Amino acid sequence: MTRRVTSDTAFQGVLVFAGVGGLALLGGIAWVVGTMSEDAFRHVGFWRFLVGTTWDPVAGEFGAWPALLGTLLTSALALVLALPLGFAVAVFLNEVAPARLASPLSALVDLLAAVPSVIYGLWGLFVLAPAVRDHVQPALQAVLPDLPFFRGPPLGVGVLCAGVLLAVMVLPVVTSVAREVLRALPDSFREAALALGATRFEVVRRVLFPAARSGLLGAGVLGLGRALGETMAVTMVIGNRHDVPDSLFAPGYTLAAVIANEFSEAFSPLYLSALAGLAAVLMGTTLILNAGARLLVLHARGRWS
Amino acid sequence: MTSAIHEGLVPGSIPVGRDAPAPARRNKIEVVELTARYGNREAITGVTLSIPARTVTAIIGPSGCGKSTLLRCLNRLHEATPGAGVSGRILLDGRDLRAEDPIVVRRRVGMVFQRPNPFPTMSVRDNVLAGFRLTGVRPRSPEEVVERALRRAALWNEVKDALDRPGTSLSGGQQQRLCIARALAVEPEVLLMDEPCSALDPVATARIEELVREVAPEVTVVMVTHNMQQAARVSERTAFLYLGRLVEVGDTATIFTRPAERLTEEYITGRFG
Ligand SMILES: Nc1ncnc2c1ncn2[C@@H]1O[C@H](COP(=O)(O)OP(=O)(O)OP(=O)(O)O)[C@@H](O)[C@H]1O
Ligand SMILES: [Mg+2]
Repeated sequence: MTRRVTSDTAFQGVLVFAGVGGLALLGGIAWVVGTMSEDAFRHVGFWRFLVGTTWDPVAGEFGAWPALLGTLLTSALALVLALPLGFAVAVFLNEVAPARLASPLSALVDLLAAVPSVIYGLWGLFVLAPAVRDHVQPALQAVLPDLPFFRGPPLGVGVLCAGVLLAVMVLPVVTSVAREVLRALPDSFREAALALGATRFEVVRRVLFPAARSGLLGAGVLGLGRALGETMAVTMVIGNRHDVPDSLFAPGYTLAAVIANEFSEAFSPLYLSALAGLAAVLMGTTLILNAGARLLVLHARGRWS
Repeated sequence: MTSAIHEGLVPGSIPVGRDAPAPARRNKIEVVELTARYGNREAITGVTLSIPARTVTAIIGPSGCGKSTLLRCLNRLHEATPGAGVSGRILLDGRDLRAEDPIVVRRRVGMVFQRPNPFPTMSVRDNVLAGFRLTGVRPRSPEEVVERALRRAALWNEVKDALDRPGTSLSGGQQQRLCIARALAVEPEVLLMDEPCSALDPVATARIEELVREVAPEVTVVMVTHNMQQAARVSERTAFLYLGRLVEVGDTATIFTRPAERLTEEYITGRFG
């Protein structure tokens, strides 16, 4: 009896340690990023740093806006493309495909999630970018309205290319999680709906998706996390230019890509501090978007429980 | 054409003709030499059975004998199971089920499952209307549909002030009656019930048996049950399945007092194996 109580206490101790340790780690990172970026924030001013559009290290002018916007645009594009497609693939694997087909395909999807991002970057550079330049952009420009945001010469590399590449990278994550979420739903829901004369599609749309809503949102959150933080592949295809992208097809930059590219060439303490400032902005963005998504999840759950 | 009509009749009754008297009892469902498989395993083998309209038919038999499988063939839900197969015929009002769209079949033949399974994301009201909501059909008067279905399921008085609560917030017995209301709301001609009371207490069970008796004049009920007393209480006809085969079918009173087969007698008296 006492032995069991002791082991339970020990177990609790481990849990508390793990919990506190995790928080401490996050706190430590935030503290380091915070102190490192303090200089830049003080020199430029926090708001001017956040919404400034000029990035001129030589003149000591640092504005994060182009990179922040690039991050948000490419991530949004990635989610817009990857969520519906990922959910569709998950539905196919879980609800439609026979087991013979579903299990090798699922394994393949999981494998795709494990491919290093530099490989995706190479593929993006050599396959995707030329395809965007020669086919996708001309086709889109023929269809889309002639608005400033859809104009520009076909360069291949740019916001669209990065967004599509991110979508490809996020797709396996979204698919995997969505598939697990759907798999966790009891068959009794499906049978109840089928027995009422629903088609497979109606079962998915009106029973499974609503029941899995919070889990599917979670899939989106994970995908968003990957898209926001992705560095290597994006920097290879976005064009790396410190300009506010004035077109979907224009080159741009993302926060993570700037940090990675310019860290080694930061020639002054202020420059280094400004890069830490970008890191702070990236962390803040991630936190805010995650918190927002979490609220959505809670809201979705609260609807019926 | 005539054969289809013949098959709609209880064997021995007189075919419908110009001067023929009306048949005593029309068969809603005819199961003919039905064999159902999971992969290569036969769960039921060569079952031939007729189910008269507007009566309660009980299906009894030991666990694993294929009762649920038989029931799930009657609304073509069996074929939704991966690897499942069927041969033989099932006639609904004399027409082969395979010639019909399964979606239409399932609307005409409703089903209630062993465990209550209201949709967790839907309110009580939406659960009752699920048959419409899922299929994108708009009932003319949703409020009337809801009230009528809940009344028939003997649930109206308990939930009439809680229609917006989640369906899963009801008690187990109420949830099961909600599922019955959901099935009845689309006005099915046949209602399949797979051990609908096995998760419920005696009071909840009694309520469901009572409502089954009440809907039976309008709806043909086929009920699987493990409970002999229940079969005796609610059904007019009883079919006994054993190891995937139909051993005996007949009027419930006859089955329970003078069964033709030794096996049936042993099963219903509890001397089995
Ligand atoms: N999804 C399935 N896959 C494979 N075999 C199955 C499946 N469902 C049922 N079976 C098999 O088919 C046979 C009949 O099953 P069924 O569920 O029809 O029996 P039952 O009479 O309803 O039993 P119970 O009274 O326990 O519910 C059993 O041997 C069972 O193992
Ligand atoms: Mg069963």
